[in-house]
Amino acid sequence: MIELENVAYGYGAKGDAPLLRDLSLTLAPGSFHFLTGPSGAGKTTFLKLCYGALKPTQGQLRLFGDDVAAMPRDGIALVRRRIGVVHQDCKFLDHLPVIDNIALPLTVSGQVMEDQQGNLDDLLTWVGLGARAHAFPPELSGGERQRAALARALILSPEVILADEPTGNVDWEMSQRLLHLLIALNGMGKTVMIATHDLMLIRAAKAQVQARVLRLSGGVLQAAGADL
Amino acid sequence: MNALSALRPDPGADRVVPPSGFTARLVVFTAAAMAFLAVFTLALALAAGRLAEEWDSALARSATLRISAPEEQMPEQTRTALTLLQQTPGVESARALRDEEQRALLEPWFGPDLPVADLPVPRLIEIEETRDGFDPDGLRLRLQAEVPGAVLDTHDRWRRPLIEAAGRLRLLGWVAIALIGAVTAAMVTLAARAALAANAQVIAVLRLVGATDAYIAGAFVRRFTLRTLTGAAVGTGLGALAVALLPSGGEAGGFLTDLRFAGWHWVLPVLFPPLAALVAWAATRSAARRVLSGLS
Ligand SMILES: Nc1ncnc2c1ncn2[C@@H]1O[C@H](COP(=O)(O)OP(=O)(O)OP(=O)(O)O)[C@@H](O)[C@H]1O
Ligand SMILES: [Mg+2]
Repeated sequence: MIELENVAYGYGAKGDAPLLRDLSLTLAPGSFHFLTGPSGAGKTTFLKLCYGALKPTQGQLRLFGDDVAAMPRDGIALVRRRIGVVHQDCKFLDHLPVIDNIALPLTVSGQVMEDQQGNLDDLLTWVGLGARAHAFPPELSGGERQRAALARALILSPEVILADEPTGNVDWEMSQRLLHLLIALNGMGKTVMIATHDLMLIRAAKAQVQARVLRLSGGVLQAAGADL
Repeated sequence: MNALSALRPDPGADRVVPPSGFTARLVVFTAAAMAFLAVFTLALALAAGRLAEEWDSALARSATLRISAPEEQMPEQTRTALTLLQQTPGVESARALRDEEQRALLEPWFGPDLPVADLPVPRLIEIEETRDGFDPDGLRLRLQAEVPGAVLDTHDRWRRPLIEAAGRLRLLGWVAIALIGAVTAAMVTLAARAALAANAQVIAVLRLVGATDAYIAGAFVRRFTLRTLTGAAVGTGLGALAVALLPSGGEAGGFLTDLRFAGWHWVLPVLFPPLAALVAWAATRSAARRVLSGLS
């Protein structure tokens, strides 16, 4: 559950006009949201607020009921284990093979990888990386990186999934598979938010799931037009 | 995370930070060199200490005042000297030897029938010093003024500056060991900060997947603590071996051939590796905490 109340955020000095303002939104459990808007509108910034990487410069943001402003860094680390994030730039630990990167959330939360081996294998097969499990991240294609990032975001079975352009580098067929996975996860009660430019993807999704489409532009959040 | 848990292996955490061959070897080498130096300095400090104690206990804490004066002035000068000695700081007691005691002293030289009373033998005053001793030059000056016939004999007092020097050498040894510890801490801090800075990307990824600061710091702390422990153990071992192999001088041995560890003193170098590890643990932990709270 992620709740924003009149949240504003700006990267610059206090006096500057903020990049984002008057954001009020609740990501209720089980909801499915798309976030769209022109490049540079602040979609990635919005998602960073949602997983505690940035703190609002104004307003109140609650993650699972706790105010982010008062949260210590360890509290944010714990929140991250409940929110699976697929980042736009998909950063990995380049010295570890793909399988260890995908298992990284397990490792850092002190879980034993062997206990989750079944999950891990299923997940790898599902995102089509079974054969690349022991490759290193720099050896992956853009699409493979994105699929690995999705697998890493899902390994802890998070309650919320935030995906930033998850289909940016994959072909149409793969983007449909990723979408189906996200819809299936939403069907299991997980909250999903996808930031994307891909209007085709949004249209395809709306045919299958009850999704709200939000548009960021001029720093404010609006409901998208009826064409979506 | 406490110092002992820093030694417990955590294969997961050890792998998330990429291996850093060069810094690792540098830390091991520096820790080894520092431990080696510390062992030698310790041997030096202990030897200096032993020497100071030996000389100090051998030093007789007594002196003799000899008064030669015409017979009629003798009682007067003796009395003045005794009063003066009683007022001198550092003098525990002063006592004029009785005639029969003086005779017993002279007997080996002049035979049993020596008429001490008739001879112009000097009067002897036995002085017992306190632990700190008195200032012989000051006492001599005052005696000169008030007891013209007095000569102060301070036995092996010439050793006193040597004892002081040996004590000072021991102190310097311990200061040097403390400095070696501080240098080790500084070196580990630098290496840890360099490693943390070089791994900013890794730290960012770890945070994104929900690693706490304690977990991230732990991965670095464990690594540096173990390296320092390894290096210090090797350095201490080599240093102790080198000290043990120093030729012993036996009876004729002076300070140089006394450079060794005796008895329970062997415990001290054995403490170096764990102490070095403790220093590394504290240094890395504070460096990691500082760097991690700076990286948002
Ligand atoms: N760390 C930062 N410091 C300063 N400005 C930033 C920072 N990150 C992003 N910005 C700026 O904030 C604005 C919004 O960036 P953001 O990445 O949120 O956009 P976006 O909507 O995700 O764009 P895209 O669709 O291209 O991914 C951009 O103008 C960007 O230059
Ligand atoms: Mg973006």
